[in-house]
Order: sequence, then structure tokens, then C-alpha cells
Amino acid sequence: MDKSLTMPVSGPAISAQAGSRLEAGPQGKRPRKRLSSRNIIVYGALGFAALYYLVPLYVMVVTSLKGMPEIRLGNIFSPPMEITFEPWVKAWAEACTGLNCDGLSRGFWNSVRITVPSVIVSIAIASVNGYALANWRFKGSEIFFTILIVGAFIPYQVMIYPIVIVLREMGLYGTLYGLILVHSIFGMPIQTLLFRNYFVSLPEELFKAARIDGAGFWQIYFRIMLPMSLPIFVVSMILQTTGIWNDFLFGVVFTRPDTYPMTVQLNNIVNSVQGVKEYNVNMAATLLTGAVPLIVYFVSGRLFVRGIAAGAVKG
Amino acid sequence: MLNNVSTRTQSSVSIRDLSLSFGSVKVLENLNLDIYDGEFLVLLGSSGCGKSTLLNCIAGLLEPTDGQIFIKDKNVTWEEPKDRGIGMVFQSYALYPQMTVEKNLSFGLRVAKIPKAEIDRRVARASGILQIEPLLKRKPSELSGGQRQRVAIGRALVRDVDVFLFDEPLSNLDAKLRSELRVEIKRLHQALKNTMIYVTHDQIEALTLADRIAIMKSGVIQQLDDPVTIYNKPRNRFVAAFIGSPAMNFLTGELAEEGGRAVFRTNGVSFSLDGYDASEPMKGGRKVTLGVRPEHIKVDGDIAGGEVHEAVVDIEEPMGADNLLWLKHAGHTMSVRIGGARRYAVGAKVRLAFDMTMASLFDAETEERI
Repeated sequence: MDKSLTMPVSGPAISAQAGSRLEAGPQGKRPRKRLSSRNIIVYGALGFAALYYLVPLYVMVVTSLKGMPEIRLGNIFSPPMEITFEPWVKAWAEACTGLNCDGLSRGFWNSVRITVPSVIVSIAIASVNGYALANWRFKGSEIFFTILIVGAFIPYQVMIYPIVIVLREMGLYGTLYGLILVHSIFGMPIQTLLFRNYFVSLPEELFKAARIDGAGFWQIYFRIMLPMSLPIFVVSMILQTTGIWNDFLFGVVFTRPDTYPMTVQLNNIVNSVQGVKEYNVNMAATLLTGAVPLIVYFVSGRLFVRGIAAGAVKG
Repeated sequence: MLNNVSTRTQSSVSIRDLSLSFGSVKVLENLNLDIYDGEFLVLLGSSGCGKSTLLNCIAGLLEPTDGQIFIKDKNVTWEEPKDRGIGMVFQSYALYPQMTVEKNLSFGLRVAKIPKAEIDRRVARASGILQIEPLLKRKPSELSGGQRQRVAIGRALVRDVDVFLFDEPLSNLDAKLRSELRVEIKRLHQALKNTMIYVTHDQIEALTLADRIAIMKSGVIQQLDDPVTIYNKPRNRFVAAFIGSPAMNFLTGELAEEGGRAVFRTNGVSFSLDGYDASEPMKGGRKVTLGVRPEHIKVDGDIAGGEVHEAVVDIEEPMGADNLLWLKHAGHTMSVRIGGARRYAVGAKVRLAFDMTMASLFDAETEERI
């Protein structure tokens, strides 16, 4: 029986050998080839994709900085010989649409007036919807949720005519309020889904603890849930802002010329034929219109990452 | 099902005919339970037995389908959680991540619009008891698991409640912290003397903490007794098998009579049942299961007397303080717990004797204790 206690455990001898010297041969970190076929494929594909997107952008920027005589030379890839900001000024303040000649600025401010309230209203309502559907299950809440999701799959075009009639009856047709209402409603299904799924992913016990602490529907929403939901609010804001800013269909259908959003204004500038086509102005106008979603991505993309990192609380 | 509501003290929590079903799934059915004032009651069972559901019903987080719940003689069946006089501690701590420890503790009081001075007094008292004063300004993410759970207990403490509810509070902690906090919870109960209801699947927690244990299976309380009774006189085979580690040995056989005395016979070998405290007459021929705990089988030098059998060592499991022997006898393999210093070789012959005063006999069909 004592034998089992003296198993071969010659510890000191082993450690003395291992600590002293290394044998020749592989040692430490494994070396990797820079120019492996794997790397070439990966970086090649990435480089190609980047070029594919960047070349048109480059052409646009370059063209927008050239004067018309230089453009007529036809070298669309060559950098401008003489940089001019004239086309940008013209696109912003003087370009003609056929109706008026005050450029994109009118459309820009219309778009701001449409996007800001639509984003705020839709996110505010959708977040409460999602919170209620996630935490305060009521009878039929699952059915309600299913109906809402189905709404996300119905093509917008089907509903345009009925909505025109509804807005007309409400006296909102052609106004910015009408368009804000439409944007808010159409954002609801996907936004609610987004918020519900996020709130469902938060630990249920937090909600229970808050209820035991005596907090009600709104107290839990504002004091417990909201402070934990920065990431999803940022995601939702990015989606809504770019979606509503880039919208053309609703803008052209539900507003009148003096309330056209920027996208519609851009279309009218680019497509209005008055003698010469001013490519440089068109490029500048397009870049100006696309600038807002671009800035939103750049600014909040960082905030998004920070939001996720800050919101991460392990259980 | 159980009506040993003695004349001890008034009941603090009383559950009457409680039923709860999710759709067609019945989780709890006609459950009755009376918990005394100041008692530490443990709801013990494997996952899915309905113990957490029952606790959530008491807390008011789940609505029962039927039945009543009384806390301090007040019918709280339809009351909101905050009006029930309960505090609850969750397995995942459930601390509000964006608030400091201090704000976490005082959240419920601030919601209830209690004056600032009173809030400060209660937070100071709770953090004093739990020794978390140095942590008050920290966020939950800056705390260790044990500290978080202490804060979670503090959150229940500041609310000055009659009843504490614990939902597997130690299951997320590592083994060392778990045993430390277990002692602290026991100390806390001795100091506060509140009623505590504690849900766990860990039998060690149940045995060490409880005044009484309610063992649950499929929504039904199998036995409600103090830990010693649960351990030594399990009411049925489920309880016997659930409690105890290493598990109880079960030998299937039948009752017989030899020379006017009742014996247990299995595979042609008879074991005298002298000393067994039966609750009903032991008729010969009845199919039964004999349950003996590993420490109630005596080996060689420990045998004090009585009937002695001979067995063969099958395997040996040294565990430090104890040594677990697996013995073969009468067609069964049974585990025996002996001192850690006593070692046996595999295949060795040993003498063994059953301590029938500590054994359990169950009917083979109903699995109820005889």
C-alpha cells in the first residue's frame, strides 16, 4: 500500500534540466511569411474593393474642383490644374432647379427640418415600444409584435396612395409635418424590433430588482434601461438619420416644391437642362448632399464603439 | 400535503393552495407552505422543480393562477412587489450598472421618496453590517463577485423588510467565496432574525443554512423538515437520493421473517433489521429498497457488534479526510466512508456491518418510507 505513495515524482531532477539550456531547433514564436499566398489574396481583395469605391469618389471630388474649360479637356482622372471652389458655392447657393435659383441650401434646411424631428419622434416612440414589448408582456403582446414585424416587409409603394389620401384628409398633405409623420411611422417596425431585441438581451433580473425597489414603468425606463442603452440608441440614430436623409420617394410624393428635401432638390438641379451641363456643380451638389450621412457615420461610429465598451457590464 | 404546522410562533409567510401554470404546463399545483417568523427556510431542488417560480410568486414578480399568499397575516396575493415587505437577492446580483454602490443601495428609498437623512442613515447601517463602506463610491463593474453579492444583499437590507428572498445567491461565485459568504449569510440571519427564504440546488448550502428545508420535485414539496430529519429520516426515496454526498446506497430486495425477526433479503443474503424504527408493521414478502448512507456502514475495527458480513474491496477513492471504499457484497456494489488514513488494497476482504438504526426502508412501488 505504501508503494502507491511513492510514485515516480522525481520533481527536482526535471526542473533542473529544463531551466538550464535550450536545444537547437524551433523556439519561441513561430515565424510567419509576409508574402504568403493567403496574405496576397486577403490584401489584394481588400485593395480592389477599396479602389472600386474610392475611384468614383476621387473623380467626383476632382471634377468638382475644376472649372468647365478644364473638364471639357476630358481627362477625368487628372487632378485639377487650377483649384476653384466656384462650383461648390454655386451648388449651395445659386444652382437652378427650373423653379428657383437658390441652389441646394433650401433643400438642406428642409431636410434638417424633416430629419431631426422624425429621428427624435421615431426613436422615442420605438424605444418605449421595444421596452414595453420586452419587459411588460401583456396579453397578445406577441401577436402585436408579429404584426409590427410584418409591417417591415410590406413594400412602401403599396401604401403611398392611401397615405396621400389620409394626409389630405388630415390637412397635412404637402407640409413638413406630414412627411415627418410618415417617416416616423415607417421607421416604427424595424426600430421597435431593434429596441425590443436589445432590451430582451439585458438581464431580466435587473428589471425584477427595480420592480422590487418599487420603480414603475417610466422610472424603470428612464433610470435603469435608458442609461444602459446608449449603443442601441446610437445604432438606431445612425439608421434613421441616413435613411430619412437619403429618402427620395416620400420626399417627392408628400411635399411641395418649396418644402422639397435635399435629395429631391439635388435631382432637380442635376436633371434640369438649361444649356450646358455643369458637371462640376453637379458633382459638388452630390457631395454636399451625401456629406451629412457621411459625417454621421464618422462621428457616431466612434461613439458607437465607445458606447458598446462602456455599456458592457459582465454579470 | 404537510401539516406539521406546530405551535411554534406565528407564521410570517403563508402560501395556501398556490397553483401556477404557463399555458398547459403546470409548474406549481395546490402548494401549501407555512414559514415561521424569523425562520430560515431553504427551498431545495434540481433545476426546473419550481423552486424559483415559487420564490418569484412570493415576491410578486409572477402572478399565480390560483391560491393565496400571506405575508405577516396580510393577503398580498394581488399586491405589487414593493408593497409586500420583501427584499430580494438575485443570482446575477442585478446591480444597476450605471449607479455607484451607494446609489444602488438607495435607489428603492429614493423611488419611495424617503427623506435624505433617513436614506443616509439606512445606507450607513447596511454598509456597516456588510462591511462595504469603502466601496460606496464605486461602480458595480469595479467590484469582485463577492463584493457585488454583498451589495445586492445590502440593497435588500436598506429596505427594512420583514422577509428576505434569496434566489441562488451564491451560484455565480467560486467555491471558496461561496463557503465564505455562506457563513456570512448565516451570521446575518442570526443578527437580524428576519424571515429568510432561500432557493438553492446546492445541498450543502441547504443543510448548513436552513432551519427547515423544503425539498421540491416537479412543483410538489416532497419533504419539509429540519436538516437532521431530512438527512436521517428521508420521507421517500427521492429525498434520500437527493440529499447526501456521496449518495446513499440503495439495495433492492424484499422483507422476510427469520426466527420471528424481520430481515431484509437480497440475492439470497439476509440482513437483520434489528434496531430499525419502522412506522408500520414489516410484513414478509414485501418488495422494498434498503437505503444506507456510506458512513452508516461499519468496516472491520469500527464494528461494535451485531450482524457481520464479509465483502470484497472493488475500488478505493481516497479524498483526503475521508476514504471512500466501494465494496462488493450480495450482488451489490456499495460505498463505505472510512477515515482517510485507513487504506485497503483492491480485492482485499473486509468485514462490514450495517447500522440499521440509521438506515431507511422504502416500499419498492410507492417509494415511500416504511
